[in-house]
Amino acid sequence: MTDAQPPRALPLLDDNNTAYWTGGENGELLIHRCSDCGYYVHPPVNFCPECEGREVAAQPVSGKGAVETFTVVHQQWVPGLKVPYVLALVTIAEQDDVRLACNIVNCAPEEVGFGMPVRVLFEQNEDVWVPLFEPDPDGGVA
Amino acid sequence: MDRRYPEKNCAITGVGQSEVSRNATKTAIELTVDAAMDAITDAGLTRADIDGIATWPGGGDVHSGFSPVGIPELQDAMRLKLGWYCGGGEMPGQYGAVFEAIGAINANLCNHVLIFRTVYEASARKKSFANSLLREGQRQQGMFSWYAPYYNYAAAMQQALFFARYVHESGIKPEQQAMIAINQRRNASLNPKAIYRTPITLDDYFNGRIIATPLRIFDCDLPCDGSTAIIVSRMDAARDLRNPPIRIEAVGTNMQYRNSWTQLDAMATQAQPAVAEMMWSRTDLKPRDVRIAQLYDGFSFHTINWLENFGFCKRFEAGDFIEGGSRIALEGELPINTSGGALSAGRLHAYGAVHEACTQMWCRAGERQVKGEPGVCATSTAGGPLAGAMLLVRE
Repeated sequence: MTDAQPPRALPLLDDNNTAYWTGGENGELLIHRCSDCGYYVHPPVNFCPECEGREVAAQPVSGKGAVETFTVVHQQWVPGLKVPYVLALVTIAEQDDVRLACNIVNCAPEEVGFGMPVRVLFEQNEDVWVPLFEPDPDGGVA
Repeated sequence: MDRRYPEKNCAITGVGQSEVSRNATKTAIELTVDAAMDAITDAGLTRADIDGIATWPGGGDVHSGFSPVGIPELQDAMRLKLGWYCGGGEMPGQYGAVFEAIGAINANLCNHVLIFRTVYEASARKKSFANSLLREGQRQQGMFSWYAPYYNYAAAMQQALFFARYVHESGIKPEQQAMIAINQRRNASLNPKAIYRTPITLDDYFNGRIIATPLRIFDCDLPCDGSTAIIVSRMDAARDLRNPPIRIEAVGTNMQYRNSWTQLDAMATQAQPAVAEMMWSRTDLKPRDVRIAQLYDGFSFHTINWLENFGFCKRFEAGDFIEGGSRIALEGELPINTSGGALSAGRLHAYGAVHEACTQMWCRAGERQVKGEPGVCATSTAGGPLAGAMLLVRE
């Protein structure tokens, strides 16, 4: 589905965000984490707001999460844009205050729901491995 | 004066507005001068009396029409001699310019501050897809870069994420949601300056296309070309002027949440509850004392959120409050967005709301005038992680 869409706009990579946007090259969703207290710090910055630790570095997470909120976009904003599609904020399974913007793919928009378990997949665009999420067939067990 | 609450030492003394349209006959700076001169004249002042200017978000965004005029152009065009000036965007929403002016007046830097907001978005859109958060072929930086790859082209879909969460938690029904747009169009039908004046029905509302769930087209504000100006004066200088001063009774300016469009930790309510709480903590007045409300309506859900967060109804009960529309109508217990607001009169971006608040409190609103000389108005700006609020009282 996503292949048919216009090219994705891409973030400018910098020292803080490169791990997040390129971890998909190795199949990993990388989120910064405090080495002192274990708190995940997102967006990434080398300061832990929980313990004031400065040793904060990217670490792989499970790639599992839940849909906190989503919208089904119907407006065709630019020519060639295939609608409807889903824009969402997903919280990672490890910590519910890490919210990742994404598209939910590999399911019909009407199948997406609040709290739906999802898992990450990546789509390479130039030097960016864009994290996307899809329904997690192993989710919902907890 | 009570030094704990310096806003009470400031009052709106005049308001002005340019032509408002989808197809400006004048340039953005001309519209701005029109609004400014209108406001100065309304206050009974002259250009020489204006010794401060403030604006939000500052000039420079010409391409999109979001903010084509800044302080330097206006100050020079009008040859104003200033004791103080301030324009910028990192403030508590659009009313940040008013909050800055309160500080400057109380710091004795100036007496009469001209505050303006100019938009040229209708004309800008004829040239390009101007409001896009994305720029083709350009890597995205800053806080919106987290949305960059996800076909997030406009504020509508990004804020729809918050509104969807509100719908999920509150259970508001679509036919309740629709009353904001329907009521405002009815108000606009009585406002000669409103852009869209033909009343709409529930059927019309549901026939409107879906933009991004839960937003339909009538839930979205209306890009326009226009400028609004207000004069905020030191209270002792305000009392001798033409209009009864509209005192700034209380302000809400705080930021108690994560100031982020992805990480906002008050998704269903947006950043409004703490701002409203702060405003009420600075006055003896209560929500029941408010006669009219001009609530931010970039999207209908902002207004719905503010009804709850100001305490006009309980959390997640705004749907019941607005059902049928009678409570929020011009003749209802709490008339809101009486000009038609941004949804129907035009997206003058919160300053249209201040202009209308004063128009009503000075009983100049013609056919849409709320009965009983409304003397207390709650007004608010912005959504998502931004929020600002003011309580206005006519002396």
